[in-house]
Amino acid sequence: MSAPGIDLSTNDIVPPSGFTARLTLFTSAAMAFLAVFAVALSLASTQLATRWSDAMARTATIRLSAPAGQVEAQTRAVLAALETTPGVASARALSDTEQQELLAPWMGTNLPIDTLAIPRLIEVVETAQGFDSENLRLRLSAEAPGAVLDDHTRWRRPFIAAAEHLKFIGLVSVALIGGAMAAMITLAANSALAANAQVIRVLRLVGARDIVIARAFVRRFSARALVGALVGAGAGVVALLLLPSVSGAETIFDGLGFSGSSWFLVPMIPAGAILVAYLATRFAALRMLGRMA
Amino acid sequence: MIELAHVAFGYGKRQLFADVSLALNEGDFFFLTGPSGAGKTTFMRLCYLDLLPEKGSLKLFGNEARDLSRDQVALTRQRIGVVHQDCQFLEHLSVVENIALPLTVGGRDVPLGDMEELLNWVGLADHRNALPAQLSGGERQRAALARAVMMDPDVILADEPTGNIDWEMSQRLLTLLLELNRMGKAILLATHDLALIRQAKSQASTRVLRLAGGELQAAGVDL
Ligand SMILES: Nc1ncnc2c1ncn2[C@@H]1O[C@H](COP(=O)(O)OP(=O)(O)OP(=O)(O)O)[C@@H](O)[C@H]1O
Ligand SMILES: [Mg+2]
Repeated sequence: MSAPGIDLSTNDIVPPSGFTARLTLFTSAAMAFLAVFAVALSLASTQLATRWSDAMARTATIRLSAPAGQVEAQTRAVLAALETTPGVASARALSDTEQQELLAPWMGTNLPIDTLAIPRLIEVVETAQGFDSENLRLRLSAEAPGAVLDDHTRWRRPFIAAAEHLKFIGLVSVALIGGAMAAMITLAANSALAANAQVIRVLRLVGARDIVIARAFVRRFSARALVGALVGAGAGVVALLLLPSVSGAETIFDGLGFSGSSWFLVPMIPAGAILVAYLATRFAALRMLGRMA
Repeated sequence: MIELAHVAFGYGKRQLFADVSLALNEGDFFFLTGPSGAGKTTFMRLCYLDLLPEKGSLKLFGNEARDLSRDQVALTRQRIGVVHQDCQFLEHLSVVENIALPLTVGGRDVPLGDMEELLNWVGLADHRNALPAQLSGGERQRAALARAVMMDPDVILADEPTGNIDWEMSQRLLTLLLELNRMGKAILLATHDLALIRQAKSQASTRVLRLAGGELQAAGVDL
């Protein structure tokens, strides 16, 4: 006859406790749910920032409308001004043929360009730093009154900055969620240890080292945190998938969710939860056991 | 194995021992007697490092008690089997799990054959899956003794292990302890049971120590 029940694993040496178990489960589920959104927000704003800055070619255009006799002189003045403007990499006036090609889709090919008062176009390529458009406008109005600076994509810059900021907020949120979870689990672990003072005394009397006792608590809490985080992250993903699609519009909603390689971030959330729970419980348990000596 | 030299101890201001010395070595079998409240349990608690002496030296397996780290205390306790006067079980574990507990926390395997034999010897085979709260006082003491000897300790400290046990069963437990003593284990047994002491003296060379008035003395030969 065998003796059943003595293949006792060391985590069973502490009794299960309902209250701290539920607290840990709930906390990690809630935190994982929130983490899904924080990560999704970060991802979406990263994508948005990248898309916008790619689209924003670092070019601007100067339109020059002047009486026929002054066009050449003012073009030279504009180019001279651009040459000495910081932040301008290069600049050139488009040729008649190029301008004709640009207009062809609207006007047809046999447009008598020299007889029409079509503005001359000057293409400006910026350096990475970009130029100060207000200064350039002032200079142009002095040196070439017919020139108008059109930096068409500049309006997007604050949006890119905002997207970057949003991404940062998302990352900070993930860190805060992790910290809050660590704090809650530390509290739960401390209360579990305090509630089991008598169990700990008996374990010590039979020769259990602190690390053996701590491990029993750590395994319990890590397992609960993992289960909670799986449920929470799952619910978070489902909630994201239920978001009505608004693709096409270049908005934050467009990238909100997981796609392709970003899916690998989803299992990172329960993995992070179990790591946080492991470290928090281990630290709390060893410190508490040291104090209970 | 356990060596006390000029040990003083008291709870708070109340001095219990002023100057107690004793050496418990391999193969020794000592009885500890004395009136209730004399400090037998306290003396045992010093021996398994639950308390530290206020003065004097207490050495376990050659190491000074107050120099041991918590881990070293734990490892020392793994070599000392203790039957506590109040048993000290984990109430959420079954009898057999409690008996195996010192092995479990020490990371050792439970030898099933030995466990079976021990359960039969202490008469708890039918209660192996009971919870400690479901045992009678005598059954608890037998389970506590089983736990103390299960891990094959070098020293066994038993604090009134036969207090609630009938004569026949206490004879069985004594036989077990004498057997372990013959294998070289040191045994210190606190008891009021003079018949048990006489029984033991007829089978092995044991010493009887008497704790009274804060002093530890060899008891008279009239036992
Ligand atoms: N934790 C404690 N704090 C304060 N005093 C204590 C404590 N434990 C025991 N005492 C006191 O120390 C004295 C010795 O107690 P101890 O339990 O060692 O006696 P004992 O010889 O084992 O008695 P018994 O035969 O009744 O088991 C008693 O007077 C008791 O009241
Ligand atoms: Mg006592």
